[in-house]
Amino acid sequence: MRFDVAPGPHTAPIASVPITMRRVLYALAPAALAHVWFFGSGFAINFVVATVTALAAEAAVLRLRRRPTRVPLNDCSAIVTAALLSFAIPPLAPWWIPAFGAFCAIVVAKHLYGGLGRNLFNPAMVGYVVLLISFPAELTQWIPPRMGDLDYQHLAFLAHLSYSLTGALPTDVTVDALTRATPLDLVKEGLRSAQTYSEIRAGSLFGGIAGRGWEWINSFIALGGLYLLYTGTIRWQIPIMLLVGLLFPATLLWLFDPDRFATPGFHLFSGATLLGAFFIATDPVSAAESDRGRLIYGAGIGFLTYCIRTWGGYPDGMAFSVLLMNSAVPLIDRYTRPRIYGRD
Amino acid sequence: MLEYTPDRRPTGGLRLPAHKEASTAQPIARGFVPRTLVLALQQHQGPPTTPVVRRGERVLRGQVVARARALRSAAVHASTSGHVRAIEDRLVPSVHAVHRTRCIVIDADGEDEPLPPGAGSAWPEDPEKQLKSIRDGGIVGLGGGVFPTAEKLGPQTPCKVLIINGVECEPYISCDDMLMREAAAEIVDGALIMRELLAAPECIVAVERDKPQAIEALLEAGRASGDASLRLADIPTIYPTGGERQLVEMLTGEEVPSTHYPSEIGYICQNVGTAFAVHRLVRAGEPLLSRVVTVAGDGIARPQNVETPIGTPIGELIEFCGGYRGDVDRLILGGSMMGYALPNDEMPITKGSNCLIAAARTEVRQDFSERFCIRCGNCGTACPARLLPQELLRAARDNDHALLDEFGLTDCIECGCCDVICPSHIPLTEVFRNAKFAHARYQRQEVFSAETQQRFRRHEERERADVQRGKDLQDQIRHEVETDEPARQQAIEAAIERARQRRSQDTDSE
Amino acid sequence: MLIGTVVLAGLALGLCAVLVLTDRLLPAGRDRVAEQVESLLPRIQCAQCGYPGCRPYAEAIAAGEADINRCPPGGEDTVRRLAEFLGREVVALDTTLGSASMNRVARIDEHNCIGCNRCVPVCPVDAVVGVQQTIHAVIAAHCTGCEICLAHCPVDCIDLIPRDA
Repeated sequence: MRFDVAPGPHTAPIASVPITMRRVLYALAPAALAHVWFFGSGFAINFVVATVTALAAEAAVLRLRRRPTRVPLNDCSAIVTAALLSFAIPPLAPWWIPAFGAFCAIVVAKHLYGGLGRNLFNPAMVGYVVLLISFPAELTQWIPPRMGDLDYQHLAFLAHLSYSLTGALPTDVTVDALTRATPLDLVKEGLRSAQTYSEIRAGSLFGGIAGRGWEWINSFIALGGLYLLYTGTIRWQIPIMLLVGLLFPATLLWLFDPDRFATPGFHLFSGATLLGAFFIATDPVSAAESDRGRLIYGAGIGFLTYCIRTWGGYPDGMAFSVLLMNSAVPLIDRYTRPRIYGRD
Repeated sequence: MLEYTPDRRPTGGLRLPAHKEASTAQPIARGFVPRTLVLALQQHQGPPTTPVVRRGERVLRGQVVARARALRSAAVHASTSGHVRAIEDRLVPSVHAVHRTRCIVIDADGEDEPLPPGAGSAWPEDPEKQLKSIRDGGIVGLGGGVFPTAEKLGPQTPCKVLIINGVECEPYISCDDMLMREAAAEIVDGALIMRELLAAPECIVAVERDKPQAIEALLEAGRASGDASLRLADIPTIYPTGGERQLVEMLTGEEVPSTHYPSEIGYICQNVGTAFAVHRLVRAGEPLLSRVVTVAGDGIARPQNVETPIGTPIGELIEFCGGYRGDVDRLILGGSMMGYALPNDEMPITKGSNCLIAAARTEVRQDFSERFCIRCGNCGTACPARLLPQELLRAARDNDHALLDEFGLTDCIECGCCDVICPSHIPLTEVFRNAKFAHARYQRQEVFSAETQQRFRRHEERERADVQRGKDLQDQIRHEVETDEPARQQAIEAAIERARQRRSQDTDSE
Repeated sequence: MLIGTVVLAGLALGLCAVLVLTDRLLPAGRDRVAEQVESLLPRIQCAQCGYPGCRPYAEAIAAGEADINRCPPGGEDTVRRLAEFLGREVVALDTTLGSASMNRVARIDEHNCIGCNRCVPVCPVDAVVGVQQTIHAVIAAHCTGCEICLAHCPVDCIDLIPRDA
């Protein structure tokens, strides 16, 4: 009898890119729902706009590059980028903010560098940083969370949609009335104007550990992160070391002077700490490749984030730290190559 | 015998579905006699053997049909009785691929008549002769490497530890497991014989933890042997811990240098099947005539382990196991990771054939479309040699030989872990296998070029030296001429004078 | 704004000047370039490029005097590697120069060799052995297939055969 031959190994592959990306999306889902609950429908609108733009941009670039479009489009990587970007954008942003961010992420950060697997920088963070630098005003339009005792005012879905598309608000509402500084902003501003940390956190936006609402969203993000760890989608090196790199200086300085430095708990549950640790820094393409390299990479991001938050000009620094460490990856890779078995 | 757990974790590797339940459900099937034998003259790593039978001759079971003339060779025996039909070239499976090689084809007569008792020589006393006896007994490494056992047991290097390898980590293969369950005492005996030969102070039998019956049987046999130097190491079930280098690292913490064999640093690894064969040879005078072969896969009617005479055509073995069932997509020789697909089932089982998988579509890789590498690094984490397959891939596709060297292409053991775990389904193993050929050719070329350059340089120097010597000679002559001018003039005048005198004498005498 | 622009532009200009100056004043040692070019050549000394050996050809390439397509045994592959290394255009191999190939070796027909000893000294890698009045032979492992000896044989008894035959 004759048989067809094929090269080994014959065992079928046990992982695939679309499955990995889909798992990331599943892991983000609870936090996304919490986001919508606490901050209204803005997140959903931003996510849809970003996804549509990302997919359209990807299809267009692939067409221009004369590459097959079907396989890259259904690997969900563009949707993951869009989702991460949506978490970084305030709910009250006009529609062109997520659109422009997603466009930059996909076209500039991803495809101009050669497409999935070739990009030096994390696409979602490139998109966000472009927005942050180009449109600082629009990127501060955060709103207070849905909490019983808080003075919050959320737009209904349709009103929000029309605001997002046209910029028109219902007659009796102004943007200033809707927006509120984020806890990170408050801490930064407060400490700068010589308030003590305990005075700042007595404010109504603060909960037991960090900003109210944010505590919950970040808890769900951590839960998603644990799911990714459990399924082996990500490995522990980057998230753990990122948290260590951030919390270690935070704890030290807080112990040194609790009035002038925020608690480690506040840093852990504020801003993009957990999202960065489990979802952004773990993007395999732009991270270091060896286990040892990932320890350094993660710790570097955490430490830089703490520095930017504490001494820098921006309230949060995750995006900048990620991009900075992205640019250090080739160097890290070069010096953390594992020693080959049986060689000196 | 002491059981212990090594305190090291293996480097890299994967936990893979075992697929061994079906073939281990019943004992090894024995007493199978094929209708034909195809005995390749080269079933080992080393020079081929020389046939000592003629066409038409009747041979008996156990009779030598091809003798080992070189040291690194191993004799071939008829594994059943019959008539030699032909000695011809045939396709035969070898370690990594199918090869065309000379074979003795025998029509079995079904009587399975053995050589008369006492025909085989008794186990000699002299160690030198014992090694020869093992070589003449045709024993080679039965784990798949088919390295002549006598060569490995020789006195070249002092042996620190003899490792009996029962770590059958590759999916589907269960022949060693079944042999350990059923013939633990024989294996232990064979191990002790080899230990004696090597004068090894220590002997470790390594078995994976997922084989409790084999461990139990070996412990029992070890206790019965009463030998204190024997230990049993239970190894975590992670592929490819059974590889020689991986196993040495796991058991001793020492790495085998890239440029050396494990035996060169004092660790001799022998497969449990080899230990069994040594026992048979020494205690019963029986050379290597058969081996246990796992016949597995969803495409086989009765998956099982069969004691198979060496040289049995694969088709006959499949027939013995009830034939094919359903659609067979691929026929794989070896395990599903390092085995290779056979083009047909007419080839024979050789000494190195441990497993035969008749695979259905659903159990083997079908998707050969590949995506971009996303640099997830899982391949590096899974690599037991601690390579960075994604970097190697880039270097291989760019034909960058300097980078291939730097990233250790030649240290790749082709275990397939990176390939199976790659989410982009890149055929890394295949790329590396091909790159190794190209790289070896490139290196040969480089060596040749460098040597040629040397020769050319020497040639040039010599030529220059020749020219110089010519010039020197001329200079010397000129110098002599110049310094000796007066003397020369005198000499000339003297000669003229002599000639004149002679002439005058001549005229005088006239 | 203006100051920033001026400073940055000044910096860029200044650094450009430094780059240009270093490039002009510190030429990348022609010897080193020649050495690297030589290592990219097959180094079988066939002289078919018109230079007496690989090193002189490499030096001519490094000096910009020779084309990079004059190495028949290296083939298109070598042209490509040279072009990449030197940043030059890939050009087609000059096939008029010869047909030397590293896959062939010279063999002396023992029936016709007259032992004239003319081929022995011309072999650039000393691959021909023999003394006057005896039959000569080629050491196949050393022969590069450069074809130089062919022209020197008065009885035409040398031919090229595939290397592994």
